[in-house]
Amino acid sequence: MADQSQQKAVQTTGHAWDGDLQEFNNPLPRWWLWTFYATVVFAIVYWILYPAWPVGKGYTKGLATTTFESADGKEVTTHWNTRAEFIRDMQSGEEALKQRAYLVKVGSASYEQVLNDPDMMAFAQSMGRVLFADNCAACHGLGGTPAQIGSYPNLRDDAWLWGGSIERIEQTIRKGRLGYMPPFGKVLSEAQIDALANYVLGLSGNPVDKAKAAEGDKLFHSDQAGCYACHTNSAKGMYAQGSANLTDQVWTVADVPDATDIKDKLARVKAVIRNGIERHMPAWEGRLSDEEIKLLTVYVHSLGGGQ
Amino acid sequence: MKLTHESIEINAGLMIVLIMLAISIGGLVEVVPLYYIPGTVEKVDGVRPYTPLEQRGRDIYVREGCYTCHSQMIRPFRDEDMRYGHYSLAAESQYDHPFQWGSKRTGPDLARVGGKYSNAWHVQHLNNPRSVVPESIMPNYPWLLKTELEYSDVAARMRALKTVGVPYSETDEEYQANVDKFGKDVADRLDINNAERNLIAQAEAGNYDGDPGRVTEMDALVAYLQVLGTMVDFSKYDEGYFAEFR
Repeated sequence: MADQSQQKAVQTTGHAWDGDLQEFNNPLPRWWLWTFYATVVFAIVYWILYPAWPVGKGYTKGLATTTFESADGKEVTTHWNTRAEFIRDMQSGEEALKQRAYLVKVGSASYEQVLNDPDMMAFAQSMGRVLFADNCAACHGLGGTPAQIGSYPNLRDDAWLWGGSIERIEQTIRKGRLGYMPPFGKVLSEAQIDALANYVLGLSGNPVDKAKAAEGDKLFHSDQAGCYACHTNSAKGMYAQGSANLTDQVWTVADVPDATDIKDKLARVKAVIRNGIERHMPAWEGRLSDEEIKLLTVYVHSLGGGQ
Repeated sequence: MKLTHESIEINAGLMIVLIMLAISIGGLVEVVPLYYIPGTVEKVDGVRPYTPLEQRGRDIYVREGCYTCHSQMIRPFRDEDMRYGHYSLAAESQYDHPFQWGSKRTGPDLARVGGKYSNAWHVQHLNNPRSVVPESIMPNYPWLLKTELEYSDVAARMRALKTVGVPYSETDEEYQANVDKFGKDVADRLDINNAERNLIAQAEAGNYDGDPGRVTEMDALVAYLQVLGTMVDFSKYDEGYFAEFR
């Protein structure tokens, strides 16, 4: 064939299949071949420098080394490995050092100093936002506003369940909180719960049944329901119990603002009285460092309602 | 028969055998030594096999394909350490069959999610992720809370894991070995003979799904999630200690 005669210069493999079917034996392109040789050389250099071949119960550790500082301040040099590299990076990496300078500064400063220092506050704002997004936002929402009323407190307003001072915010983050209100569904009658709901909604200026609200007032301050024990006589709540202020228009469990009419509002408040509340914020001590807790405290304090 | 280029090329069976031999060398050299090099699994206190309830939760985790979006492997990098916590150890996965390492992170890594959120958060989040995290793209798993956990086969599941090396105990001797290794409290929970009772007891005491009366798939999954990454107390170890194993 014409094609074949033109390709005569090309070698064949020498096999003949089905009588006359032959294979060309073209050399590989030179660039490909040299790249291949280069990878072989790379592999050999790699084996010499880094941990590579298993030998007996160990392996060749390579010539490359990593140096870091041990916990007791001694310089440790070990064969190159990712864990030692990680320690070295945390101790002396460029970015880590930049960050550590700030962390040490914030760690040794008092809250008052941090709050009054624009440089440290700028750091607290930027690192606090990242820490908050990583650790807190899943419940409290990105930026401190939860996805919906009912699950987790809003941190952007100035209503606090456990207190909004620096000290109390830090304690909340460090130790976590257990928010508990017993369910009254089996303790009180439906009429009593209705009266209490009318009283509670009346406290924040909702148009409620006056007679029922008066009855609820009595019940609220009685030992049968005992609401006053946590919510206090003035119904303003107290930080020591994490009990809500019922006289403001901020709702953290019953989604009253979303209710369509007073009947709906009553139903939502009654559901909370009936079923009680159990809310749990985990303790972050141990998971976060002291400096990180400090930064988060300052960040949360600065979200809008810090006291 | 002489092994020549031609004899290999015209003998398909021989060629298959030789190809398999050639390509398995790389794998064998990389994998086999890990089984006998002593430092592969770090010596560290606290890691124990999963309790029956946690193990059932793990089965559900695998069944629902959580691993397709969530890895359980924190790498030794500064950014990962700052976001997720201490890097994962091989020892922490030693009782995982199959392990859940990976780098596919459509969702965040879960290696240290235990204790990070409350049980109630996990229940709400699994039921409807967007009700707590509006920007989430995770699917809803509403059936977990509605489905009673099937646990009649939990002993058989533990037995199966035992055959691949997880130290669940069946005989007194094995139980005693677990007492020595993990302490009595843990050893009691690893006893296959009491698996069902232990499972129910943990679900009732933990009340993971907020309904103490029922043992649901949610109970099991949340129990599993809450133990992830919590077994090793890293404050007990120097930073350099784990580097010695590499």
